[in-house]
Amino acid sequence: MIDIEQLRSEFPILATEVNGHPLTYFDNGATNQKPQSVIDALSGYYKGYNSNVHRGAHALADKATQAFEHTRELLKEFVNAPKTEQIIFTKGTTEGINLVANTYGRANLQAGDEVIVSTMEHHSNIVPWQIVAQEKGATVRNIPISDEGEIIFEEFEKMLSDKVKIVSIVHASNALGTVNPVERIIEKAHEIGAVVLIDGAQSAAHLPIDVQALNCDFFVTSAHKMFGPTGMGFLYGKEDILNDMPPFMGGGEMIKEVSFDGTTFNTLPYKFEAGTPNIADTVAYAKAIEFINRYGKENIAAREKELLDYATKKLIEEVPTAKIIGTSSNKVSVLSFIIENIHNYDIGMMLDARGIAVRTGHHCTQPLMARYGLEGTVRASFSVYNTFEEIDNFIEALKRIVKMFG
Amino acid sequence: MSVATKSIEEVQNDIIDDFDLLDGDRESTIFYIMELGQELPAIDETHMVDENLIKGCQSKVWLTTDFVDGHVIFNADSNTDITKGLISLLIRVLNGRTPLEIMNADLFFFEKIGMNGVIGSQRSNGFASMIKQMKFYALAYSAKN
Ligand SMILES: Cc1ncc(COP(=O)(O)O)c(C=O)c1O
Repeated sequence: MIDIEQLRSEFPILATEVNGHPLTYFDNGATNQKPQSVIDALSGYYKGYNSNVHRGAHALADKATQAFEHTRELLKEFVNAPKTEQIIFTKGTTEGINLVANTYGRANLQAGDEVIVSTMEHHSNIVPWQIVAQEKGATVRNIPISDEGEIIFEEFEKMLSDKVKIVSIVHASNALGTVNPVERIIEKAHEIGAVVLIDGAQSAAHLPIDVQALNCDFFVTSAHKMFGPTGMGFLYGKEDILNDMPPFMGGGEMIKEVSFDGTTFNTLPYKFEAGTPNIADTVAYAKAIEFINRYGKENIAAREKELLDYATKKLIEEVPTAKIIGTSSNKVSVLSFIIENIHNYDIGMMLDARGIAVRTGHHCTQPLMARYGLEGTVRASFSVYNTFEEIDNFIEALKRIVKMFG
Repeated sequence: MSVATKSIEEVQNDIIDDFDLLDGDRESTIFYIMELGQELPAIDETHMVDENLIKGCQSKVWLTTDFVDGHVIFNADSNTDITKGLISLLIRVLNGRTPLEIMNADLFFFEKIGMNGVIGSQRSNGFASMIKQMKFYALAYSAKN
């Protein structure tokens, strides 16, 4: 059991006020708040040992390099990667997908080939594939989803053929909450020889991740959705595939030897880490992982599920004009809904007047919104530090809004 | 639609007085704007076409005009009540004015009622686009006249 008061006290922002009300932060799907340890690690690096990594032969450089590589070790354990070198630092999920699309995708896609994504993908897992597919004469196809917001597995199976080279699927949907059956998807895709990328932006902090058990070829995520800093994340890849891939960007640590006759590239993971990396945020990322490990991902997930179930039940019972979008029985803590006759923007703004932060709009999933014939939804996404009282206030606020305008 | 009887300045002062009654309470202010939005008559669906959309608004806002006896008549609609409430305020100030009055209008009420802080920067930009579009129509009518 988590001591919630104690956990909340680690997050300074949760004690602040917004518009004269205590902050209620239900926009965790977009990014979540940071514990003091992460915030301290950022300034600690700049105050105590700011230095470039892997270059200097002095004490500060050594300390910075050690802290930087420590994060890689922690991440290796966090996702159970076979080797540390398979963890490649990126700016986040979007950069991870772009890296794979531009290297693996560009090297392996040919005219007539197919990339399969799903209808519920974030734009970050659609557009990079479209760009490369267009260049190569390949096509990007999407798996249809049911009214409940689940991938229609039989349709996916029908799409599989030897033309399919890449399957890129979101682990948990940011707009619906649906957790996809990625193990089965990976297995089926491998049967026809395709490689599979898992977009773990919404799963890394909420679901157990074991890349070896999943047997995915690539896994990408963002630190800022796991209590860590923004502009930071990582890509995991299978070793042989990563070794075969051409580099993404050139310069800096990714080089072994350069001459004007030609350049040889560094080994993993440095081959894919061009330029001076985001050292401070990488170092602080370690504290975020330590935070998750300290409380235990199972405990965090269990609490989030309780919050989701409570909020879902209350919304259905007390706001009858609300319609939940995404009703899969297997969800992360995302409650997405619309309310009859009231625009989602207006709801968001009225909640904000009471200090309640939710996301409104299309959530960067326009094809998904089109699937439901919606312009957008209101999305409340919960994190471990949210409380049942906050949900009560949120439902009260919604009831007031409906009474005034529904 | 009759010609406006109060000056643009007077109508703006009336709006400022109305908002003063809300005492700066954010929630009441938003509720009030939404109410104004709901009170503004809907425009005919045939006018809800892309060419009548105001560019630069995050929400959809359709604006149409008529020109009657030298005065501009505005009609507007939106897919969100808050945005519709905002444009209803502009209509209250600018409806039935001559093109010259509209073009020269100094619109100070928005800042005076502290609306920037309430609706956020994106919607404030949208509000500026509404004013621009209304002045643009006035300019077009003045050129025709
Ligand atoms: C499912 C999913 N994929 C990708 C992204 C993009 O993540 P980032 O902006 O950190 O690159 C997000 C962020 O909202 C997401 O929810």
